[in-house]
Amino acid sequence: MADPLVGLVLLPLGWATLAFVLGPGRGAWAALAGIAAQAWLAWLLAAQVGAGGTARHAVGGWGAPLGIDLAADGLSAALLLLTQWLALGVALYARSYFAAGDPARRYFWPLAGFLLAGLNALFVANDLFNLYVTLELVGLAAVGLVAAAGGERQIAAALRYLFAALAGSGLYLFGVALVYGVYGTVSIATLAPLITPEAPRLVWIAGGLMALGLVVKSALFPFHFWLPPAHGGAPAPVSALLSALVVKASFYLLLRLWLGPFAPLAPAAAWLPALLGAAAIFWGSWRAIRAERLKPLIAWSTVAQLGYLFLIFPLLAVPAAFGAGVMQVFAHALAKAALFAAAGVFIQATGQDTVAGLAGAAARLPVTLFAIGLAGMTLAGLPPSAGFLAKWQLIEAALALGHWPIAVVALAGGLMAAVYVFRVLRQAFCLAPAGAPVAAVPRALEWTAFALAAASVLLGFFGVDLMTLIEVRA
Amino acid sequence: MSMHAWLPLAVLASSLVPGLVIFALPESWIGLRTALNLLGALVKLVLVGLLLAGVAAGEQYGFRHAVLPGLELAFKADALGLLFISLSAVLWLFTTLYAIGYLEGAPHRSRFFGFFSLCVTATMGIAMAGNLFTFFVFYELLTLATFPLVVHRGTPAAMHGGTVYLAYTLAGGAVLLAGIVWLHHLVGHTEFAHGGIAAALGPQYAGQLRIVFLLLIAGVGVKAALVPLHGWLPRAMVAPAPVSALLHAVAVVKAGAFGIVRIVYEVYGVEFAQSLGLLFPLAVAAAVTIVWGSLRALFQDDLKKRLAFSTVSQVAYIALGVALFGPIGTIGGLVHLVHQGIMKITLFFCAGNYAETLGLHKVSELSGVGRRMPATTLAFSIAALGMMGAPLTAGAVSKAWLIEGARAAEMEWVIGVLWTSSLLNAAYFLPILWRAWFRPPPAAWPDEHIPARGRRETAWLLLVPPLVTAAAVVVAGVFAAADWSPLAWAKLIAAREYVTPQ
Repeated sequence: MADPLVGLVLLPLGWATLAFVLGPGRGAWAALAGIAAQAWLAWLLAAQVGAGGTARHAVGGWGAPLGIDLAADGLSAALLLLTQWLALGVALYARSYFAAGDPARRYFWPLAGFLLAGLNALFVANDLFNLYVTLELVGLAAVGLVAAAGGERQIAAALRYLFAALAGSGLYLFGVALVYGVYGTVSIATLAPLITPEAPRLVWIAGGLMALGLVVKSALFPFHFWLPPAHGGAPAPVSALLSALVVKASFYLLLRLWLGPFAPLAPAAAWLPALLGAAAIFWGSWRAIRAERLKPLIAWSTVAQLGYLFLIFPLLAVPAAFGAGVMQVFAHALAKAALFAAAGVFIQATGQDTVAGLAGAAARLPVTLFAIGLAGMTLAGLPPSAGFLAKWQLIEAALALGHWPIAVVALAGGLMAAVYVFRVLRQAFCLAPAGAPVAAVPRALEWTAFALAAASVLLGFFGVDLMTLIEVRA
Repeated sequence: MSMHAWLPLAVLASSLVPGLVIFALPESWIGLRTALNLLGALVKLVLVGLLLAGVAAGEQYGFRHAVLPGLELAFKADALGLLFISLSAVLWLFTTLYAIGYLEGAPHRSRFFGFFSLCVTATMGIAMAGNLFTFFVFYELLTLATFPLVVHRGTPAAMHGGTVYLAYTLAGGAVLLAGIVWLHHLVGHTEFAHGGIAAALGPQYAGQLRIVFLLLIAGVGVKAALVPLHGWLPRAMVAPAPVSALLHAVAVVKAGAFGIVRIVYEVYGVEFAQSLGLLFPLAVAAAVTIVWGSLRALFQDDLKKRLAFSTVSQVAYIALGVALFGPIGTIGGLVHLVHQGIMKITLFFCAGNYAETLGLHKVSELSGVGRRMPATTLAFSIAALGMMGAPLTAGAVSKAWLIEGARAAEMEWVIGVLWTSSLLNAAYFLPILWRAWFRPPPAAWPDEHIPARGRRETAWLLLVPPLVTAAAVVVAGVFAAADWSPLAWAKLIAAREYVTPQ
């Protein structure tokens, strides 16, 4: 366990199993201790990668191409860091959120553990097939988390989600099989020099299928249909994990393959994800602006915010675009987790989640309201938040290449985000209807939401550190 | 960290820290909250005094922190920034005192004073920004911190005013951001420097630089309320009077006007802006705003709305002074930044007093108010005469320098605009004065909250701030030639902007 790479994969598997053995609803302490240890390991790993280049571990001492190699460069280390620390916040939140009899609590800890194990393994895996396995693990754990609440709506949403997740990973696996058929290997490092623009047509098709599968899993417009019901219907801590981390995993993989082995083929299709991303921004924001209830509003906002991630593909020739993508992953993850956590607070306080129904409660839950405000700043890309730095880098990259329509989309998307954020915030200032009951809410809920939101803003002061870390390439 | 780095930071912290603490305070801890507010305001004044002494002696103050590779938050306290800082720091103290009196017994005061302090912090950041990027960061923070104040009352009218305010300012912010990133892309940085940074680019960039200028000026023009971007200002007057003071005199419109000054002098450089032909359109926009704002003010019966349109008109004097090529016009514009602030804050304090004490909101209700509230009405009259440019007031000094500047720049039509504006100012202010002093009072006031006790016409905290600022209007006019006057400082800035090695 001395190696952080191994610890980050095994620890969550360990405490997930323990939680499962302990029985329904138990194991929160094991989970918290485990995640805290993971957070520490991720920190060590980031320091190690930042100081000395990539980290590598040959499982069982075998080494590629025979065995399995785990490796982390700057991007992996950064995402591992984000995942553990965000999970720590969500876990603290979840421990207070689930009341004793909540059906959603029963399998939360084991499933969350498997989810984290899958994510961590995905960030350090190094061949196309292992990546498929981790992708499937993440997808199934996520579907389980949505279904665990057990309501009719949640089950329907989970089935839809399951369908999309399986279709996505199926397409990806099909692509992997084709690649293996052509080159006889699935190791990313071995494939990289083999794939050239003169590659056989099958490889192009394989690349297209893998990209399509990952795009479905990332809920890029028009494949977003499964996301709002799943993220909007799940319990707040689950929504937070799904919106913040799970959709980013498939994006990470797409980016890694796009910049890695498939780089010679990628420029041909660069505008397609960007166009869909722009459509996602407008459609998702519009639906968020129109949403009646808080959690669907936040879920539609995820659809929109994921769109920014895909705007970077035509711009990847400039380093700022890669930086913009990673910064947006961080900004959105922290802000979205904070927003779902805050929504959970309001639901527990008022028993409902309509936007208009906040009017009475918002003024009485100021910490949560500030959490929404800070997270909203990040989503709308207002300074000094991390979302602002992402927007700045995106616009800068767009102007550097003369692709100014992308800059316009980014600016317009920010304004639309401001509209739906302020739709929520302004409720706090409306004269409250007298006598609306507001139940007491555990303080831990309010403050974890606030901490996540504050992190999404404070990260805006530490962009240099993040950018230096992700500069470390394999 | 040397004193030269921490002084600017301390100026920011002296309002940021009290603001954050105040948010956390329970509503009922009035004493501690008030103490924190006043302590912050006084500490800030001391710090600003130290800065003033240092900068006058030629010291440099600054601090930098990189947020991305090649992108820095930069602060510098230079002569121009200090002009704005001093104005805001002084007026903040009086506005705080006034707000304490004004909001006595009102709900949500912790929230109010928290955001109030954040507003002033953002204003300090705008004034001390060392590059356009930093300017933008605080410019947007100012928007976010003022919104809760505008909608503070929570009535449908307040919510509407606040929504309009946000729509204008956030859209303006997006336009400004586009211009800033574009400039950053062209030049590689957005540093404020004497003589500007844009001139270093070759002539082939002239077209792009003109578009960037338009984006930047449109962006800051929203807050400066240049016509046709002024629509939010009259609607935002639903806010409580201390907030109006903040919007019109201490922070928001000033931030826009100050942005115009920085962009023209220190991003483009006034000579280069002139050579690109950018100053003339700016002068025209300012002139149109001056006349249009005054015309609209004529027809407003609501007192605060009339004052709001008057602000639209008066703030454009600053832009006009900037657009007059030559040091004399510059001095006129810069000194008006201060003079408009002290005059307009007096007017809004007085309007607040009328509303709070007697329930008077409309011009047509002010008959005879001079007998019931002589001190307030005296302060109002001084400030209104100042706005018209009457002799012995601050307004006369601004106007004299602007007219001289227009003559020096050979733009005689500007003089016509200034005289028209003075006439229009008289046309919308003199009827108020006449009504207040010479018409008989009504049998009963609409809504008398605060009864008169002897010579005390209203609460002390409401009365003292406008009297002090009204006195300042006279002092700044009479002692304009003194070493410590705003005019002297504006001359110092103009000397540094125009006589600099390239």
